[in-house]
Amino acid sequence: MSSAIANDVPLLSVKDLVVDFKTRAGNARVLDHVSLDIKAGKILGIVGESGCGKSMTALSIMGLVPNPPGKITSGSISLNGRELTDLSEEQLCDVRGSEIGMIFQEPMTSLNPVFTVGEQIAESVRLHEKASKQAAMARAVDMLKAVDIPEPEIRARAYPHQLSGGMRQRVMIAMALACRPTLLIADEPTTALDATVQAQIFDLLQDLQRDTGTAIVLITHDMGAIAELADDVAVMYAGRIIETGSVSNVLSQPQHPYTQGLITCVPHLVPDPPIEREVLREIPGMVPALTNLGAGCAFEPRCEKAFARCKAEKPALLQISESQFGACWVLEEESA
Amino acid sequence: MSANKDLVVKDLKVHFGGGKKLLSGRKPTVHAVDGVSFTIPAGKTFGVVGESGSGKTTTALAIMRLVDITDGSVTLGDTQISALKKDELRAARSRFQIIFQDPFSSLDPRKRAGEIVRQPLDLMSIGTPSERAAAVSELFEQVGLRPEQQHLFPHQFSGGQRQRIGLARALSTRPDLIVCDEPVSALDVAIQAQILNLMSTLQKELGLTYLFISHDLGVVQHICDEIAVMYLGQIVEQADRVTLFKNPKHPYTKALLEAVPTVHGNKRDRSQRTRLHGDPPSPINLPKACRFASRCPRAESRCHNDIPPLEENDAGHKVACFFA
Repeated sequence: MSSAIANDVPLLSVKDLVVDFKTRAGNARVLDHVSLDIKAGKILGIVGESGCGKSMTALSIMGLVPNPPGKITSGSISLNGRELTDLSEEQLCDVRGSEIGMIFQEPMTSLNPVFTVGEQIAESVRLHEKASKQAAMARAVDMLKAVDIPEPEIRARAYPHQLSGGMRQRVMIAMALACRPTLLIADEPTTALDATVQAQIFDLLQDLQRDTGTAIVLITHDMGAIAELADDVAVMYAGRIIETGSVSNVLSQPQHPYTQGLITCVPHLVPDPPIEREVLREIPGMVPALTNLGAGCAFEPRCEKAFARCKAEKPALLQISESQFGACWVLEEESA
Repeated sequence: MSANKDLVVKDLKVHFGGGKKLLSGRKPTVHAVDGVSFTIPAGKTFGVVGESGSGKTTTALAIMRLVDITDGSVTLGDTQISALKKDELRAARSRFQIIFQDPFSSLDPRKRAGEIVRQPLDLMSIGTPSERAAAVSELFEQVGLRPEQQHLFPHQFSGGQRQRIGLARALSTRPDLIVCDEPVSALDVAIQAQILNLMSTLQKELGLTYLFISHDLGVVQHICDEIAVMYLGQIVEQADRVTLFKNPKHPYTKALLEAVPTVHGNKRDRSQRTRLHGDPPSPINLPKACRFASRCPRAESRCHNDIPPLEENDAGHKVACFFA
């Protein structure tokens, strides 16, 4: 960490971000007053089921919300004190790749099949740093070495189809980090990979973060990945952050019924399984359609602790402890 | 009719390719499944885990007779599935059914849900048409769908509901064995729990035997009675669910177990784990010795020269490793 100030001022600050999508079924509020901070050199995890707004948060930060039908209705996103929502497309292009890097879920579809991986890594270096072809290619080889690809000089001349899934994801990481961004957004970086390869990628991300001080937003549905990698976590449901705080607090003492459900409904691997099998705790029902959310808490229809107030009003994030916030009327009742 | 409904797989081999090329030489042979044997007692769940390319899905498809078996036998009760031909095979299919990973591509988008579930009954002429209609309604109820949802098309259901339709379709012929190929990996975690609980309930009610293929060790630990770990087309370790996780013996199993991130873990633990490097070798040019030796942290010279046999100890724990 460079200075004490860097620890206090967040690198990225998202405030009351609202994103709407116009659909045939009506307006869908895919992000509803999302606020999050990430400090330099930290890892923030975002978890939730499909359609809860995890990836949309990432796309909003990158300025990649498809418009139309999507639109950032209100709120602010500031990176290093610079407001991103006001930038023109051209200015955003400068930010993307140089200040913010992103890695996607499916490394095969996000790499260009007709260029070598070296050329693809070099492209962003040439674009953002105006480097010569040779210098950019040399950086590409260095980056491949940094992500532990054996024989980087030879691999730089390989096409994506010649690499395994794990190698492709390493190439994606090399590409995202080539211009030394201060923020890396990793959207389900290991979902398509095997367990042992996933562990390699996690190690790599952690090493890179330690060595370069890059902050990481890690989007995942796997609470285990959050536990092992992230410093802080935000749990999303139906476009809202419903619980957030330090990983140790949220995972050991989850306060929101949805977070509790997310942790207990997964059969966790334990070294000493009980002989009698337990019935898994279910979260009944499914995620609601974003076009007809009522006035109340979006989780109310699936929540076993719901009472009258949950149907009528949306709960706001309430501070539970120094580093934990939850949005639930039950918590409000308890603290009152 | 006999009471024996165990599934016995003996020395199953599935090789792809190997034929003659048009002009010169031979096509390379892919040894997808290379000598796999196991028995699933009736009413139990047998799990197969492994990474992509380990041959777990090919094993499932071979048992279903959906790919050609190169060698070995598959026997369900008194019926040798691997020896059946054409009409016999078709008739016997009512006894073994499959559910697939992707609930989106495994249902015909142009057929209504009720018709999808009814189709196996029609194809195998089970019961009279009116009995079939009643059976479909009952199946819908059994898997937690409302009978009036029969008239909807697959796109009108969520992923979890579609997997329930797939399950109802598999159950329609009253099979003894259901092969489940990654049945919950495409589902959200909350929905995954619903489907796993449903599968357990159905197994208890109907006495089903499951062959459960998955890469998710947490799920496998939860639902399976006995588990086999596959690597490059072979079983490297096999034990009951308590023993395997408590006392894994093969270095690959250990690495696999340690690679899974858990909510009980924390950031500092990662550095102490054994890590595998690289990717599995290609199933075309297989090593003549232990197939895991090139990635194994414990490998010695004999691992690169000899093949470790799959040996069973007194407790029924099988391991293929010189150091076990």
